Amino acid sequence: MPSLYEQLGGEPAVAAAVDVFYRKMLTDDRVAHFFDAVDMDGQIAKQKGFLTMVLGGPSNYTGKDMRAGHKHLVARGLNDSHVDVVIEHLGATLAELGVGAAAIAQVAAIANSVRDDVLDRPARTAAAKN
Amino acid sequence: MAVVHHEGRSVELASGESVLDGLLRAGIDAPHSCRAGHCQTCLARVVRGDVPVGSQEGLKPTWRALGLFLTCRARPTGDLEMAAPDALGLEVGARIVDVARLSHDVVRLRLTTDAPFEHCGGQFATLVRSDGLARSYSVASLPGRDEFIEMHVRLVTNGAMSGWIARDACVGDRVALRGPAGECFHVPGRREQPLLLIGTGTGLAPLRAIVHDALRDGHTGRIQLVHGALDERGFYLVDELSALAREHANFEYARCMLRGEHLSTTPASPRTSVHVGALDARVRAAFPNLKGWRVFLCGHPELVVALRKWAFIAGAASKDIHADAFVTKPAPLPRTATS
Ligand SMILES: Cc1cc2nc3c(=O)[nH]c(=O)nc-3n(C[C@H](O)[C@H](O)[C@H](O)COP(=O)(O)OP(=O)(O)OC[C@H]3O[C@@H](n4cnc5c(N)ncnc54)[C@H](O)[C@@H]3O)c2cc1C
Ligand code: FES
Repeated sequence: MPSLYEQLGGEPAVAAAVDVFYRKMLTDDRVAHFFDAVDMDGQIAKQKGFLTMVLGGPSNYTGKDMRAGHKHLVARGLNDSHVDVVIEHLGATLAELGVGAAAIAQVAAIANSVRDDVLDRPARTAAAKN
Repeated sequence: MAVVHHEGRSVELASGESVLDGLLRAGIDAPHSCRAGHCQTCLARVVRGDVPVGSQEGLKPTWRALGLFLTCRARPTGDLEMAAPDALGLEVGARIVDVARLSHDVVRLRLTTDAPFEHCGGQFATLVRSDGLARSYSVASLPGRDEFIEMHVRLVTNGAMSGWIARDACVGDRVALRGPAGECFHVPGRREQPLLLIGTGTGLAPLRAIVHDALRDGHTGRIQLVHGALDERGFYLVDELSALAREHANFEYARCMLRGEHLSTTPASPRTSVHVGALDARVRAAFPNLKGWRVFLCGHPELVVALRKWAFIAGAASKDIHADAFVTKPAPLPRTATS
């Protein structure tokens, strides 16, 4: 079965989705302060990488990148509640693009699988996660 | 630690230090201005070694292929031999053909080049003086229509280049141009797309070129130009832009000054307006929804950053927002008062 990335229309569709997703984050007071306006291009590029990865597209995101890329935010207080907000907006973005609930749940599970990397804590076992 | 070899000298970089910072620390008079990757005046060429990661952002593909890089963005992990870029013939010789005052602190410079200088109006180019002093300026003229390249230079207190242009530059003086670069220019097509152009100070220069270009191209969508200044004296090209607004029903020209009263005796023209107050508050109120718009932002760096974020949140697609922050040389560190 083609990946959700392909079903949505590949790179151009994801580029458009990033705009929707990033706009939601920038206007949400719970997470907006983590985004430094000076580097909008860099943030858009990172989110595109993230969306490509969770949608099963051609991605070279690694857990190591995830840790390194968010360490400074963890130091500024990034925690589980913020990851929940990200996953919430990810779901809302995909819903706007017409993705069904089952597929959104799958994407959310993939996003959840990098939670420990993003928050820079030891990976838990799959069993312990539930 | 990485060692940089430059014109017979070797400089060992401190951990995390940029090539430019290392050269300056060693007392080498390396060309630079913004130190933040915006102006491209610190351009250099890799002779031996790897091009440092992230040091080629904003450079055109042909320049990347030649191993050109920005020293202020370069944090090499291995040894690097570098040279000035001029040996590659990247510069086009030019002659000053006109110097004129546009306002109390803005000078219009017109140049003709010895060879064709391919660019779009609104892009920026690096102006190189005969002694090597280099600064970047946006092109206000329209290639294909104007026979010269026009730049608007604001006189900065103690400014090396702007001071020279305002006081000493003469018709006939030789300079050189390098570039162009930047994304602020008109792209033909999508004629019905509304355009919003916001600039402060000489940020008007590229916007003027884009407005002329769009109108020449037969743009049918709205074209909204907003020029911001500290006070009334900061507005220039008022007659030209007011006339344009008279002639074109889809072009509107607004001025916004932070303080003072509007004293101008210029008769009110259709589709022109003057506002007193903060520029960002003004545009936020005037353009609540930018979905589908193309937005150009030029001038004051902090304002450009803030408006870029606003334009995106107001609905403009990220690929439709083009910005040039006129980042200048950082102020020197204050000397200690005891000495
Ligand atoms: C992409 C880009 C496009 C640009 N386009 C234009 C343009 O079209 N027109 C234009 O006029 N400029 C433009 N600039 C700015 C220009 O490149 C120079 O930085 C500017 O002219 C000052 O150079 P200078 O040699 O006169 O001053 P410098 O010798 O570089 O600076 C002298 C001192 O003045 C201070 N200083 C510099 N600028 C300011 C300022 N605005 N306010 C307060 N202090 C300051 C510096 O901190 C420094 O200490 C652009 C910059 C960029 C990055
Ligand atoms: S880009 Fe390096 S000094 Fe401006």
